[in-house]
Amino acid sequence: MKAVLLIDFGSTMTKVTAVDVETEEILGTSQSYTTIETDIINGLNNAVALLKEKIGDVTFVEQYACSSAAGGLRMVAIGLVPELTAKAARQASLGAGAKVIKTYSYELTESDLAEIDEINPDICLLTGGTDGGNKENIVFNANMLARSTRNFPIIIAGNRNCADTCKEILKDKQTHVCENVMPRLDIPNVGPVQAKIREIFLEQIVKAKGLSNAEALVGDILMPTPSAMLTAMKLLAKGTKTEEGIGDLVGVDLGGATTDIYSMSFGLPTTGMCSLKGLREEYAKRTVEGDIGMRYSIHGIVDAAGIDRVSELSGLDEDRCRELVDYLSVHTDVVPGEDDELEKLDYALASLAIETAVTRHAGRLEQFYSPMGISYMQTGKDLTAVKVVIVTGGALIHTKRTGAIAAHAQFSPLDAMSLKPKEAEVLVDRKYILAAMGLLSTVYPDTALRIMKRELIKDGTRN
Amino acid sequence: MEKKKLVIGVIGADVHAVGNTILNRAFLDAGFDVTNLGVLVPQDEFIQAAVEVGADAIVVSSLYGQGEIDCTGMREKCDEAGLKGILLYAGGNLVVGKVPVEEIVRRYKAMGFDRAFGPGTDPQVTIDCLREDLGING
Repeated sequence: MKAVLLIDFGSTMTKVTAVDVETEEILGTSQSYTTIETDIINGLNNAVALLKEKIGDVTFVEQYACSSAAGGLRMVAIGLVPELTAKAARQASLGAGAKVIKTYSYELTESDLAEIDEINPDICLLTGGTDGGNKENIVFNANMLARSTRNFPIIIAGNRNCADTCKEILKDKQTHVCENVMPRLDIPNVGPVQAKIREIFLEQIVKAKGLSNAEALVGDILMPTPSAMLTAMKLLAKGTKTEEGIGDLVGVDLGGATTDIYSMSFGLPTTGMCSLKGLREEYAKRTVEGDIGMRYSIHGIVDAAGIDRVSELSGLDEDRCRELVDYLSVHTDVVPGEDDELEKLDYALASLAIETAVTRHAGRLEQFYSPMGISYMQTGKDLTAVKVVIVTGGALIHTKRTGAIAAHAQFSPLDAMSLKPKEAEVLVDRKYILAAMGLLSTVYPDTALRIMKRELIKDGTRN
Repeated sequence: MEKKKLVIGVIGADVHAVGNTILNRAFLDAGFDVTNLGVLVPQDEFIQAAVEVGADAIVVSSLYGQGEIDCTGMREKCDEAGLKGILLYAGGNLVVGKVPVEEIVRRYKAMGFDRAFGPGTDPQVTIDCLREDLGING
């Protein structure tokens, strides 16, 4: 046996997964409350003690961790045009596993600066202008940031012709110059920015956040949790040199406060006579719906979908739905259990959360009449041909109706211009292993891939 | 000298791609830095692109006759977006029906375009005008 311990320091729970990399088996999983107030290692020790009760006194030869504790990796992104560099900057940050507190475009105002100081992000990403393009805006914003009272690291990733100027303006701050996030129009270049974000995360943020007093542990924290999730899904889709992946997929992580959607697909048009508009999409894309979540953001689901649909799907009347939603928004730790009413409501909410979040993530078509007949314009990714939807998160795992809920991630003839998957099968992350496999893949990619292929099970099958 | 930057494309619901491809080639060969937005380009997209790349000129094509409607208010939007004084050209089949070129030019200049070109204009004519207006020698 060669046991490896994989740790996910979550905002509330510290989750541990033990894997035997020789037999490629999951030995066990367990969790305990995250103890950020004292030392994060206490919570870890508790979780490991619970784990060892289940699997015996195993010695771990290696351990790797990801973290979304202490607020996760908090960032602000600054760009020029909202649909262009500001969007590219936001997308790059999300893809690096960050929580983007706010995105700014055009010139920062005094109140924007005050707000950024108030947010005090872990990293500020400053962009604007294509290479050789607009210079004034990023220089203006650098001058604004120079007056910040905080000392967060600033990544300069805009028009390369302004990088030196910005660095000079921000000489009293901690700056990192990086390749432009959008060197040419509509062609984002998120790789270098994401590598820089990760580097800063590893070198500074893990320590700065006081994630651990135990020096030994610091080196084991490899990435923010969403980044581990993304790594796992990318591996599962693309495979390794020796082990084939399962192809394009969509991932749904339905949480209490936010809903994260991942897509591993270039999403090129599948319709004829179709032209692409807007920013080119990354193969591995993550979006976060901050207003869509099963408890803390429960009202956001109702706002987006409408109480009539909550009522329709749950079979409860509208007043009762409102009452229960208000109750759950305050009592965030309530789970349906045997309560039939709550089960129905959670079913409706989870379905609508997924429908809203995946619709926002997926691309859209617009129709045009041209001399050559009807033609289409596509913005975002065409995910209609994607064959797999992976779901994770408590509301999807602790229910008997996972498949019915996940069906709402799929294409609907009622909204035919939304390019969601048409015939996807649903795989369930029943043991919550995705983040752990993302971590494991940094050292044992083939093993992580084979375990995922086995453990992510089709909805309806139980093991 | 730094290359002058052009943003080009076919405006509105117009999908005529051939002329756009020819112009793209001609402008590149003439030494311009071209950002080609292709067909079906709304006003906003021309303007956003011009802001982000720091364009020296926007060259709008329209072949399907609805150009007047599509181009209305574009100069004002440029002003609004901080592109005050940016060079604005239009060319193609810019209006409905048989209208003398002078009349087309008059209508487009009234909309704030610097120049307008009628059907069948040789790309070289436009290139010469760009060079003149942008102060490029030879």
